[in-house]
Amino acid sequence: MIAMNNELVNALIGGVIIGLATVIMMHFNGRIAGISGIINGAFKIVPGDWAWRIFFIFGLLTGGLLMKIANPESFNDKSGNSTLIIAVAGLLVGFGTIMGNGCTSGHGVCGISRLSKRSIVATIVFISAGVFTVTLKQWLTR
Amino acid sequence: MKIKNIIVSYFVGLLFSVGLSISGMLQPQKVIGFLNLFYNWDPSLILVMIGAIAVHSSYYFFIKPKFSAPLFTDSFQVPNRSDITSSLIIGASIFGIGWGLGGYCPGPALTSVANFSLNPFIFLGAMLVGMALYRKVQNRLPFTK
Repeated sequence: MIAMNNELVNALIGGVIIGLATVIMMHFNGRIAGISGIINGAFKIVPGDWAWRIFFIFGLLTGGLLMKIANPESFNDKSGNSTLIIAVAGLLVGFGTIMGNGCTSGHGVCGISRLSKRSIVATIVFISAGVFTVTLKQWLTR
Repeated sequence: MKIKNIIVSYFVGLLFSVGLSISGMLQPQKVIGFLNLFYNWDPSLILVMIGAIAVHSSYYFFIKPKFSAPLFTDSFQVPNRSDITSSLIIGASIFGIGWGLGGYCPGPALTSVANFSLNPFIFLGAMLVGMALYRKVQNRLPFTK
């Protein structure tokens, strides 16, 4: 019970840190910290619009390496997913986030925060599709 | 963009992945546990969103209006569209299915590469292919963008 509460407190603290990160991006660089869009834009080398994307990605990876040392349990993968499921999931996430103009960060955090109608709709749709998928998968594999 | 913008960008990425690690969202079973609404529900993800939205919306509505431009560049680039298109709905649905299957969205997938285990690499590779595939076929799809 105490462990569970700690997990929830950590979730809230982690969320506040993510919120701060998106605020810094907006306040200094005037940009949305939408991760799928930043990655997708990095495929095309546009002078003046490329390096910041690559360095954002380097930043994510650096933070990942730091936390791999400081908090290795936070990378535990107990989903039991096969490589095939993971590959299919990755394809769908890549295709869907670009088609829908955003993911959890761009729509779910930045968009909802400014009460964007598109982002609110997108977030409701992707969470609903996720709930449907997990529920169906659980029912099929039981 | 100038060097200072790139440094900010690097720092934001770093802070973002530290937040993801602390929040528990690098663990696909916690994301799947949140989406598993009808069995043993894990509310963590909603708390992550509440924390992030509380900070970002406070900034957006109370601090940002006092500034005419960002500190390190000329203008704020905030999306201003409000049209609900078929691409938005279908894209978000496809994303949601993949998210539910794998338990990874783009940020955690990229950050988890630092774990040097197989699944995040496979996921990230497939995700980049999925993005490239959409760019390739987007103009042939019958949906309003």
